[in-house]
Amino acid sequence: MTNEEMQQLESAIEEITILARDFGLDFYDMRYEVCPSEIIYTFGAYGMPTRFSHWSFGKSFHKMKMQYDFGLSKIYELVINSDPCYAFLLDGNSLLQNKLIVAHVLGHCDFFKHNNRFGNTSRYMVDSMAASAERIRKYEQDHGKLAVEEFIDSVLAIQEHIDPTYVGRKMRSRQYDEPSEPTAALDPFADVFEWTEKKKAEEPKPAPRFPAQPEKDLLLFIMQHAKGMPEWQRDILTIMREEMLYFWPQMETKIMNEGWATYWHLRIMRELDLDESETIEFAKMNAGVIMPSKTSLNPYHVGLKIWEDIEKRWGRERMWEIREYDSDISFLRNYLTKELVEEMDLYLYGKQGDEWKVMEKDWEKVRDQLCASRVNSGFPVLMVHDGDYLKNGELYLKHQFDGTELDVKYLEKTLPHVYNLWGRTTHLETMLDNRAVVFTFDGKKNHRRFV
Amino acid sequence: MIHRPSFILSREDWSLHRKGEQDQQRHQEKVREAIKKNLADLVTEESLIMHDGRQIVKVPIRSLDEYRFRYNYGKGQHGGQGDGESQVGDVLGKDPSSKQQAGPGKGEGAGEQPGVDYYEAEVSLAEIENLLFADLELPNLQRKQHDEVTTTDVRFNDIRKKGLAGNIDKKRTLVEAIRRNSLAGNPGLHNITNDDLRYKTWEEVQTPHSQAVVLAMMDTSGSMGQFEKYIARSFFFWMTRFLKTKYEHVDIQFIAHHTEAKVVTEHEFFTKGESGGTICSSAYNLALNLIHTKYNPDRYNIYPFHFSDGDNLTSDNDKCIKLIKQLMDVSNIFGYGEVNQYNRSSSLMNAYKNIQDEKFKHAIIREKGEVYKALCHFFTAKDKIRAS
Repeated sequence: MTNEEMQQLESAIEEITILARDFGLDFYDMRYEVCPSEIIYTFGAYGMPTRFSHWSFGKSFHKMKMQYDFGLSKIYELVINSDPCYAFLLDGNSLLQNKLIVAHVLGHCDFFKHNNRFGNTSRYMVDSMAASAERIRKYEQDHGKLAVEEFIDSVLAIQEHIDPTYVGRKMRSRQYDEPSEPTAALDPFADVFEWTEKKKAEEPKPAPRFPAQPEKDLLLFIMQHAKGMPEWQRDILTIMREEMLYFWPQMETKIMNEGWATYWHLRIMRELDLDESETIEFAKMNAGVIMPSKTSLNPYHVGLKIWEDIEKRWGRERMWEIREYDSDISFLRNYLTKELVEEMDLYLYGKQGDEWKVMEKDWEKVRDQLCASRVNSGFPVLMVHDGDYLKNGELYLKHQFDGTELDVKYLEKTLPHVYNLWGRTTHLETMLDNRAVVFTFDGKKNHRRFV
Repeated sequence: MIHRPSFILSREDWSLHRKGEQDQQRHQEKVREAIKKNLADLVTEESLIMHDGRQIVKVPIRSLDEYRFRYNYGKGQHGGQGDGESQVGDVLGKDPSSKQQAGPGKGEGAGEQPGVDYYEAEVSLAEIENLLFADLELPNLQRKQHDEVTTTDVRFNDIRKKGLAGNIDKKRTLVEAIRRNSLAGNPGLHNITNDDLRYKTWEEVQTPHSQAVVLAMMDTSGSMGQFEKYIARSFFFWMTRFLKTKYEHVDIQFIAHHTEAKVVTEHEFFTKGESGGTICSSAYNLALNLIHTKYNPDRYNIYPFHFSDGDNLTSDNDKCIKLIKQLMDVSNIFGYGEVNQYNRSSSLMNAYKNIQDEKFKHAIIREKGEVYKALCHFFTAKDKIRAS
């Protein structure tokens, strides 16, 4: 990009920023950085420019870059939830492309700043990830690259098994800070049910469970209770869990967030004084962004349609509220209407024999399944049921079966990673063909038995 | 309150940001490791052996999947979007992998899912060979008196302060600069002076190369079925490639036999089928003949290899043992490979199992994966015979 082009871009950004504020968008200070494609793809693969090194990021970097080189896909921008908010623009974007992207990015930043899910994310993650990467590099020097890599391999295998909810955090703090029974003062019905309490007291107490309640945060549980785990491993586990907590809200609000940014870039672009060729380029680019797919939902398109429908039905005021309180599940649940499902021609597809077929077009079933598929950001929910199974320190996990079976091959390949972290025999209970089955990895082999 | 746009637009120099490239390299390294681990399977990969001059082969690398607990995609329903005309029952796509997956022992593989990472590494045949042959060598190779051939090789083995610009050793140059700066009490990399420059230089190495001949004998009788021939040819295919890659002066004589033996071309050896009964001694006789007429043991390292299914005319066995002894007298080793899928007791093995001579090496191959094991077994120098 020439200096002159940089200046043009700068004044375009200024104009767009003013427009966005006039619309009522409220975002952090922005840092725009123009960078070459390899850098954009590094950031895309790592989720953050400053994140630690790992071969799996290299693998997705390679894949993304290859797709770019072959002209199959292109990331125009990357935006980071931080304060100030970083946005990376691809060197080689045309001025018009950059205008659209800046408008889009401001939508994202407004969303980051206001959606409740992001309320607890660290706004300084760019720096803290850099610091973590530095620590991990130090561990590589101290304990060997391979040892660190293998440990990270194992953590990555279960990185989604955290509990980002407020309730989850609450439960844990209660468990660790107040291990005692709930006191009468905390139980408003204590007097009403006094007689049952008395009766209970007479019965022999069951042995204390460990954990007292099943826990969803597998990473945290391992971090706190794995025996003999060296400090450096515990530190890496902490780092990776914090990073996942940071990324989690983005996974939970993908449709809303992309729809929101798309909604706003359309509104802002319409205010700009575009000439004919720019108008055509804009229309083309926008069409590319919201192009539907037969085998997945394009969040830009679905999100945009829902937002526009909300505006039509209740006006813009309501949109500000919704962007604050909802996440994808409630967004779809509350605002994906029959009319929208039909207008967008949404359906459910599945496998019959060796063919993938459209199976369901009933709007409520479509809506419900889309909501269901967003539960826990699309990952199976596993609970730690016992950290001292068979009184032998073994780990017993239970999959909260919701009707969809797990991928057995992947399960059997992942269990050894949990074993690596826990250090002892690890079990996972799930359902196959309507029967409960327990998979066990004992350090050498996988076993499975029906229960 | 007046809002002022508050933003910064910048463009930094990213040329030193190489993390993605570095991690990509590590990934590639792991791909190679995975290939190495799968060599046993690759050796009998049909696409390699029958390869039609293409130098790139695709190798499915499953070990590079990033495993996690996930749903069975094939058993769930997923959202999609039509063009406004979609109907229940519309076919969106066929699963290309399900036909191949019909075989026993093959469960639901990753390939059947759309949008799933199924990594197929593209590697050149040369790359596979490098890995494959890294540890192989002709055992008991000896210097022979005459016609000793030397080859010249170039080896970079020294670092000097003067040299050709093209041979600057960047790493050492940087290290020198850092060292100098540190000594001057100003650590870090600031400038590079002429004095920091380091150059690689080379020396010419003469590696003595003894002459060698491999006598590849294969049973082509009627009892050798598809599988047996395939295995024997796989073995000889890699053996030939290995010898041609690693040694400059190795002759290979191909001998096909049933009741009679004859010297055939490489092409005939790998393509022609024969039939009839089996008299192994015919091949051994021919081998001895070749040695007497063409390959004087004083000048050649000699490696007879015989592959068979173990079926031989029983009355011929004693003669075979005698001939093998004669062969061993003039050879470095004698290798016998038996393709014996069902582990039956074979006529030849029964006769050969009593041969007490460390020059006699044998391998029994029951399944495809054991071809690589056999290669390693035969082509390992004596002092580093593997634990396997």
